[in-house]
Formats: sequence, C-alpha cells, structure tokens
Amino acid sequence: MSRRTRSVRADSLGVGLATGTYGISFGALGTTSGLDVAQTCALSLLAFTGASQFAFVGVVAAGGAPLTGALTAVLLGSRNLFYGVSLAALLRLRGLARLAGAHLVIDESTAMAVAQEDERDGRTGFWWTGLSVFLLWNLATLVGAVVGSAIGDPRTYGLDAAVAAAFLGLLWPRLSTTAGRLCALVGASVALVLVSWTPAGVPIIAGGAVAVLVGLLWPVREGS
Amino acid sequence: MTGLWAGVLLTAAGCYALKLAGLSVPERWLEHPLTRRATLLIPAALLGALLAVQTLGADHSLAVDARVAALGVAAVLLWLRVPFLPMVVVAAATAALLRL
Repeated sequence: MSRRTRSVRADSLGVGLATGTYGISFGALGTTSGLDVAQTCALSLLAFTGASQFAFVGVVAAGGAPLTGALTAVLLGSRNLFYGVSLAALLRLRGLARLAGAHLVIDESTAMAVAQEDERDGRTGFWWTGLSVFLLWNLATLVGAVVGSAIGDPRTYGLDAAVAAAFLGLLWPRLSTTAGRLCALVGASVALVLVSWTPAGVPIIAGGAVAVLVGLLWPVREGS
Repeated sequence: MTGLWAGVLLTAAGCYALKLAGLSVPERWLEHPLTRRATLLIPAALLGALLAVQTLGADHSLAVDARVAALGVAAVLLWLRVPFLPMVVVAAATAALLRL
C-alpha cells in the first residue's frame, strides 16, 4: 500500500470522525422535536444525509406536517443527485455495489473523492469516508436520541437555538458566493413574511422556491 | 405517530432515490445549465428559509428571544472556524443561560 493511499484513508477517517460525531446533536434534536428514538435512528440509517434530516426535524418541531417536512428534506437532498452524476464515472459501480454505494453519496464522501488526483485514491476516499461517516453518524445519532428523550422541555437546554445554529453551520460554506448569499437572504425574507399566515412548513418551501427563481434570474457571472 | 413514520420513510425513500438516480442516469440528462444552476441554488435557498423560521418563528408569529443571541454567537464561532459540534453546543448553552 502506497503512502498516498494510507494518507487518503487517514484523511477519510478524520472526516468520518468529525462529521460522524455531530450525529449526537441530530439525535438529541430528533427526540426533543417529537420523534421517538426509532424514528430518529431510522432517519440516520435510511435517509443518511445530514441537512435533509435536520430539515425534517426542524419542520416537524415547528408544528409542520410530516409530509411537508419530507418534501423539504427531499428537495434539500436533490444536490446528491448531482454528486452522483459527478461520481458515476469515477466509481463505475454496477448491481449491488451501486445500490450500496448510492447510499454513501453525501457531501463529505463526494468532496473527498473528487479532491484526489488519482482515480484509485478517489475511490478509496469515497468508500472510506462514506463508510466511516455512516458508522459514526448512526452510533452518534443513537446516543443523542437516547439522551434527548431523557430531556424535558428542549428550550430549557437551548436546543431550539441549537437547530438554528446547525442550519447556520450547514449554510455557512454556501455564503461564500454572491448567488448563495442572495438565495439565503431571499429565502429567509419570504419565509418570515409567510410565517404568520400559512401552515408551518409552507414558508420554508415557498421561501426556498422564490429564492431559487430569483437566483436563476440573477445575471450569471463566472465564479459567483 | 403514523404520520411521523410516513414522513420519515418518505424522506428516506426520496433521498435514496435521488442518490441512486445520480449514479444511474446518463450524464447528458442533467446537463442542462438551468437544471444544474437550480440544484446548486436549492440548498442555500432552503437553508436560509429554515434558519430564519427556526430563529424568529414562534407559533405563527415572529419573536426575538434568546435564539437570536445564540445565533450571533454561532456566527462568530463559525467565522473563527470552530468545528460544527462545539459551535452548536455553545450556541445551545448561550440560549439556555439567557433563559435562566
């Protein structure tokens, strides 16, 4: 095994550890938002895409219909479609391997795979990152969910603010471009206007839709 | 409870279908620049809306409370490149302390 392959594996495990552990916050927020331990763990096991999971929990906690939460979560997961497209040629998966690999297509595994110069290192990065995040994310979710279900009113521990902080953390890297900042601002503004007179959850989907339209109408500039 | 399970399973099915479709469809199907741009914009748009409602929403109205201060602390920590988990924990602690 080359030194480079070893270093790709070490980097992947590092990302897995860093990303996986914040599954604790997801688990705790899940069970304090009205989901039970099984439902919270099912989201991490079966949906396995952090931003979508936080979105589902956020909408449900605000009193939104679970189906509205699911719609928001799936829309947010649409970026994984494009990750898959850019990974397909690198991974060249068929049959069962593709069914398994698809589940590991997330922000971190994609970033680690496409960052490698060598194709084999790219595949190593994808599998090692995907699997280590999957393992730790699910373990951490279970721990967080059990702890969270022992907590009374989540507001006492500031867990409602923790959800907001989690959304900000997920949004942060996307604020580096003008288009990202514009979309976030428009989405936030429209959602706030709608809060008082639409059912919970609707402001998020409507705000997101208007923001994407505005973003598309905004003149394209390279790198923005 | 049944509704929650339906939402959980629908989320799981939808998210997995998108991942699998990405690995399976011919690249040219998704090559349209408009599709690509829209998908790049969706996360910022939805996260902006989620963030705003989570910070200021309160039962069909808006309220400024400890969450706003906590979010300010979170922003400073992110700017200082503090990792995700400690950032979230400190933000929660900020709101909890302000509510004592």
